[in-house]
Amino acid sequence: MASQFDVIILGGGPAGYVAAIRSAQLGMSTALIEKDKLGGVCVNIGCIPTKALLHSAYIATLLREAKDFGVEAGAVKTDYGVAMHRSRKVSDQNSKGVEFLMKKNKVMVVKGTGVLQPGRKVKVGNDVYEAKKAVLIATGSRVKGLPQIGLEINKTTVISSDEALFLEKAPASLAIIGAGAVGMEFANIFHAFGTKVTLIEALPRILPLEDAEASEALSRSYKKRGIELIPGAKVKKGTPGKDKVTLEVEAGGATQKLDVAAVLMAAGRAVNTENLALAECGVQVTERGFIKVDQNLQTTAPGYYAIGDVAGPPMLAHKGMREGVFVTELLAGKKPHAIKYDNVPSVTYCHPEVASIGFTEDQCKERKLDYVPGRFPFSANGRARGTGETEGFVKILRDKKYGEILGAHIVGAQASELIHELTVARENEYTVEEVELAIHAHPTMSEAVAQAALDSLGRVVDM
Amino acid sequence: MATNVYMEALSPTMEEGRVVKWHKRDGDVVKTGDTLAEVETDKAVMELVARADGVLRQVSATEGQTVPVGKVVAVIASPGEAIGASAPARAPRAPAPPLAGSGEQGAGLHGESGERGAVPDDGSGERGAVPSGATPADATRVKASPLARRIAREQGVDLKILTGSGPGGRVVKKDLEAAPPAAVASRAVTAERTEPLPAPRSQAVVPGGPAFEDVPLTQIRKTIAKRLVTSLGPIPHFFLTTEVDMERAADARDALNQQLGDQGKVSYNDVIIKATALALVKHRACNAWFQDDHIRYWNEVHIGMAVAVEDGLITPVIRYADRKSLALIGREARELAEKARSRRLQPNEYTGSTFSISNLGMFEIDQFTAVINPPEAGILAIGSIVPKAVVVDGQVASGRRMRITMSCDHRVIDGATGATFLKTLKQMLENPLAMLL
Repeated sequence: MASQFDVIILGGGPAGYVAAIRSAQLGMSTALIEKDKLGGVCVNIGCIPTKALLHSAYIATLLREAKDFGVEAGAVKTDYGVAMHRSRKVSDQNSKGVEFLMKKNKVMVVKGTGVLQPGRKVKVGNDVYEAKKAVLIATGSRVKGLPQIGLEINKTTVISSDEALFLEKAPASLAIIGAGAVGMEFANIFHAFGTKVTLIEALPRILPLEDAEASEALSRSYKKRGIELIPGAKVKKGTPGKDKVTLEVEAGGATQKLDVAAVLMAAGRAVNTENLALAECGVQVTERGFIKVDQNLQTTAPGYYAIGDVAGPPMLAHKGMREGVFVTELLAGKKPHAIKYDNVPSVTYCHPEVASIGFTEDQCKERKLDYVPGRFPFSANGRARGTGETEGFVKILRDKKYGEILGAHIVGAQASELIHELTVARENEYTVEEVELAIHAHPTMSEAVAQAALDSLGRVVDM
Repeated sequence: MATNVYMEALSPTMEEGRVVKWHKRDGDVVKTGDTLAEVETDKAVMELVARADGVLRQVSATEGQTVPVGKVVAVIASPGEAIGASAPARAPRAPAPPLAGSGEQGAGLHGESGERGAVPDDGSGERGAVPSGATPADATRVKASPLARRIAREQGVDLKILTGSGPGGRVVKKDLEAAPPAAVASRAVTAERTEPLPAPRSQAVVPGGPAFEDVPLTQIRKTIAKRLVTSLGPIPHFFLTTEVDMERAADARDALNQQLGDQGKVSYNDVIIKATALALVKHRACNAWFQDDHIRYWNEVHIGMAVAVEDGLITPVIRYADRKSLALIGREARELAEKARSRRLQPNEYTGSTFSISNLGMFEIDQFTAVINPPEAGILAIGSIVPKAVVVDGQVASGRRMRITMSCDHRVIDGATGATFLKTLKQMLENPLAMLL
């Protein structure tokens, strides 16, 4: 006899564990199957430990500049190993936190590798679990290398974030392939820990998905501190040696050879859809390998749903979390608020941080939208001047006719926190006027948001 | 003393009403007899009027909301009277700080000069003035996002007639985009709204769009559904069809119209109503209502005439059709049809028919069967008049023919009863002079 639950969730990452909690809150008996640690990539080898390491990097940078602020810290020494172990503690605490939440909400956690079976069943080892309502596939994604050019991840000289997060020592030199969020964050971390960093990006600019002005601001900031950037580059060949890797990189018509101690692959992720017996259950995948879902996130097999990275881009923890809530509420017979996929904030936690929502200016142009950009630099913001965090800006793209916030882009020390004012605004369809009308405390970084809103209306005050 | 405003039974069969539009808003001064709101009953849009003088307060039914008869939907309070937790609806506005060069701040909620400044916010001027939470929710206010309000204002769309898909029924941008452009335009110019109902929209199917759309049943649709299953289900229908030679009726109609000139027009429908009414006088057995334990044979003839309206159908009644002239029947039929289409029929104009006629001739339907309108015992389904090859005196000739089908409730009418009635009707139509007999 199979153990029966209302809802069975395969994968204990952000999408899975949030779905489990919400499912239990709604009174459904819930089982969560996880082969590794609870919290998934995010908690264990992603979002959380990198944020810990980035803070170590930030402290190192602050101490180096402390003298200007009247604080003498002497020669600043860094130790990646210590920072790494601290980040591990943070991850473990978070993973234990998820375990606690499972207990608190009476979610049955099954440790092991789950394989789907027809009839809303999941097999783990010799045990079979049967879902009365639905099986949620939340198996997530992993990094992938570029084996076709000789850069298969070997975990010593060619590594992914999975290994970078466990290094005892920062490498002397590091080439990072891919200047998206992951590449940008590791470039920031290792540079602060004394590594000579070269950041290689195939597309013409770093942070290619962000607004061009954000890319430009980060490009300037990184170059200024000595991080080498090679955008528009093609890695033609990679030759891993015993303790070094030689790369042949073509950019701007010229090919250069690069000898580095290690290569960090930060481009591309593959979804974990293999060995799940998807086909046997009638669950189809898209051309790009994601699980095919309808507007309710149900797969092509009734009773099987997909949430998180496997359900399609953007592959972001907070998007998966919301999908988990959405599907479980649907299963409980509620009418959940539809997910607005065009209102999922995107954040890169490098320094300065980059956060955005909605369209970039280029996307506005491509769509021939009639827009007015409003900008406000942190160099004109009192609070930012006080803390010396004057890099960056707030940029709001306003629809000319109706004032809709088409997109917002923030580069700055607190961008990851500041973006949410505009996320709330967009979710509720506030126009720039509503944002500006809310009184912003003085002096705060947030004032820059209100000023950018005003600027888009042609009446900026502080500039 | 405060007076409760109840959802009243505005028609004999009304069990619930849908608030279409509030004419008065929370805080408005009202006088006895003032129209407070338009309410859609099971048949028509009626007016809910004030039964006392005072100030309208505590409006609890939102526009679009369906409320059972007898429920309190608002209160009429004496001016200044405190009602429950209600604070004065319009608290004095805190004076704007006298900042130099901030003249635009006083202009309203949205202070931008030029573009928005002078435009009052959509029916919710108190938005900026009322301290949040101080008053009970005012259901006369339309819930809409600021962006939706702005778009609606600029495009001249009345937010009240849209169905909000946002949280708590809030109108959001998407709802405005879903409104068909033609409807938006017509809304902009039509001050008098005659079609406030969410009708199924024939939108182009977008690939990857939603697989279906749920449209709530309007009151009229609910009534049609309820009544039809009490008809075709429990009523043992049987059907009789005959073909009528319309040559003489057509000639007679042409002659009458020529004589009437500018004074009106007689349609085939009018001729059929009149002939049916006269035939019913001769066949009382078909002019009857089936009542659970008895049959009511009517001496008066009131003909129900099925009229297609935007969201369904309704059967206004030509009373004493047997005694009215063709010209009068024609005038009444047109007036009633027009009222039905604009949903302004009063209950006494669509109840009490003794026999009904459904005419789909104008849709080029040759022949069909109609569902009996209970408690009546029969209904006539009129097909179109078509030229046909007919045999006249052994020769094939062209003749105008019309097929009529009578649906009979077998509990009241037997086959022969129906057939003899139909025969009389056929004779009258084939020889209009017989109507004078």
